[in-house]
Amino acid sequence: MVFGMAMITPLKRARGLGSAHEGADHFLKQRFTGAANAILAAFAVGLIATLAGADLATVRATLAHPLVAAALLALIVSMCVHMRIGMQVIIEDYVHSDGLKVLLLLGNNLFAGAIAAVSIFAVLKLSFGG
Amino acid sequence: MAGVTTEKRARARPLSPHLQIYRPMINMVMSILHRITGAALYVGTLLLAWWLLAAATGPSYFDFVNGLFSTWFGMIVLLGYSWALILHLLGGIRHFIWDTGAGFDIGTVDLLGWGTLVLSVLLTAALWIYIASQRGWFSAWL
Repeated sequence: MVFGMAMITPLKRARGLGSAHEGADHFLKQRFTGAANAILAAFAVGLIATLAGADLATVRATLAHPLVAAALLALIVSMCVHMRIGMQVIIEDYVHSDGLKVLLLLGNNLFAGAIAAVSIFAVLKLSFGG
Repeated sequence: MAGVTTEKRARARPLSPHLQIYRPMINMVMSILHRITGAALYVGTLLLAWWLLAAATGPSYFDFVNGLFSTWFGMIVLLGYSWALILHLLGGIRHFIWDTGAGFDIGTVDLLGWGTLVLSVLLTAALWIYIASQRGWFSAWL
């Protein structure tokens, strides 16, 4: 090993997490959720387009189908993780004052979590509740 | 030493050229659009959550929300939402291609940029023609 270049301990190098201690975590998550979103969102758009203008009984019957509900739940989780990371990058790129940045990052987590909670609740109620 | 540094810092520092310097190129435009559509989709999830919640709430509230979505303003918003989603999805596929290390020569970069833009418009048009035929909007002409 070249001595002069090793400004990092062998253990740090093996962990490969870099200065932010998260390594490629966000990079990989954004791609895994992105790939899932591409499939699931295409399905959801087709489904919703078919349901455009339909009455509630039809919509409920369609969304309560186990496979449809499962796909929607998977989309909601994957989508909310994806958009939380994406918005975090945007905030970190454009907001440079520490206080505001922390507030916006907090708001970002709350928004993504709230969208997930409300949407998951609604899909589950459509499936299980009357 | 400290005094010199402060004095230097007070003067305007040279900045690297930014957006206003460059002639827009398709790759740059698509990159900006990918971020803008991503942010728009972030806000747009409110519509999806609202629609799902309305369906879980009851018939009268569901009809109310559906009624709002069926107004001209509602449909323009939904048209924009669907185009943003399709463009961002195709942009994601473009990035997946680049993630493999392929497609970095100028010709392919331009082709991918224009291709995703044109395809996004075509797919959005196809989606809304399907919705229009579903809802019988064409029946007046046929």
